[in-house]
Amino acid sequence: MSSIEERVKKIVVEQLGVEEDQVTADASFVDDLGADSLDTVELVMALEEEFDCEIPDEEAEKIATLAQAKAYIEANLD
Amino acid sequence: MLTGKVALVTGASRGIGKAIALDLAAQGATVIGTATSEGGAEKISAYLSEAGAQGAGKCLNVTDAQMITDVLAEITKEFGVPTILVNNAGITRDNLLMRMKDEEWDDIIQTNLSSVYRMSKACLRGMMKAKGGRIINIASVVGVMGNAGQTNYAAAKAGIIGFSKSLAREVGARNITVNTIAPGFIDTDMTRALPEEQRAALTNQIPLSRLGEPEDIAKSVTFLAGEGGSYITGQTLNVNGGMYMI
Ligand SMILES: NC(=O)c1ccc[n+]([C@@H]2O[C@H](COP(=O)([O-])OP(=O)(O)OC[C@H]3O[C@@H](n4cnc5c(N)ncnc54)[C@H](OP(=O)(O)O)[C@@H]3O)[C@@H](O)[C@H]2O)c1
Repeated sequence: MSSIEERVKKIVVEQLGVEEDQVTADASFVDDLGADSLDTVELVMALEEEFDCEIPDEEAEKIATLAQAKAYIEANLD
Repeated sequence: MLTGKVALVTGASRGIGKAIALDLAAQGATVIGTATSEGGAEKISAYLSEAGAQGAGKCLNVTDAQMITDVLAEITKEFGVPTILVNNAGITRDNLLMRMKDEEWDDIIQTNLSSVYRMSKACLRGMMKAKGGRIINIASVVGVMGNAGQTNYAAAKAGIIGFSKSLAREVGARNITVNTIAPGFIDTDMTRALPEEQRAALTNQIPLSRLGEPEDIAKSVTFLAGEGGSYITGQTLNVNGGMYMI
């Protein structure tokens, strides 16, 4: 079973078409990894599916890096 | 051919929506048509199965956000993700602006415009995942040229056109097209409600000299939904017998 961080990273790599080593904890999806606004929506959709949860829009807006995604999922998953 | 595609058509119990559902089905699509009553939904299931088509009728009020979520989940489970959405459901509440009631205005905006927003938003997630989709909205010639007694209806229909152009820009990169069809006067319950003299006067303004048939609109929808529509987005197709030329 891979860690939350690994699972999130895999999704970021797939969704944004970037290399794994680019996805550092604090790399901004938009500024550093080249995501546009629709990419970030899709990324959140993919996270919701992977972790079988619903991320409200207000929370989704705050997820801009791997570290933030991981923190949100850890805090909100049983 | 649309074999293997799932198409969702709102307001498919009669008129233009029924013709659209049958034409998409004839192209091989699995079609889910909606009506506002269980009885209407059953009729849709019946005509689809009579035509040898895959799909079913569902009861859906397009002004009810919760119902949209529930019905869409049901459809996805039973048939798969709809990648063709035809926003066809619509009503009229005609009145001169000076006499228009707030309810007449609000009903039209809710049923004819906000429904397009809700349905499109609800279906987009599935289309993004499927890496493609077609949204086809049914507006009206009235939204393009205006019509006395229909400020509410024209506002909603023109609203659909602006909505479609904007959404087309948002989701184009995801291989999702969004187009509008603006029918002229089509022979359905909606226009049968008009007095005979008015229908005759209308026909006189139509170069093709007849009211349109629901099938005339259906063929345009099928065109946009199929291969022919691959590189068309953000457009308004005016299917009106020439009564208004843009
Ligand atoms: N006929 C024309 O000349 C003409 C011209 C231009 C544009 N249009 C547009 O084409 C579309 C279809 O028109 P039509 O002439 O075929 O109309 P119609 O024969 O009156 O049928 C309207 C359809 O919309 C459904 N509907 C109404 N309110 C609804 C709601 N709240 N939720 C879900 N479904 C609802 C009806 O379902 P129920 O059967 O359950 O009531 C019915 O299936 C409309 O958007 C209309 O504005 C028509």
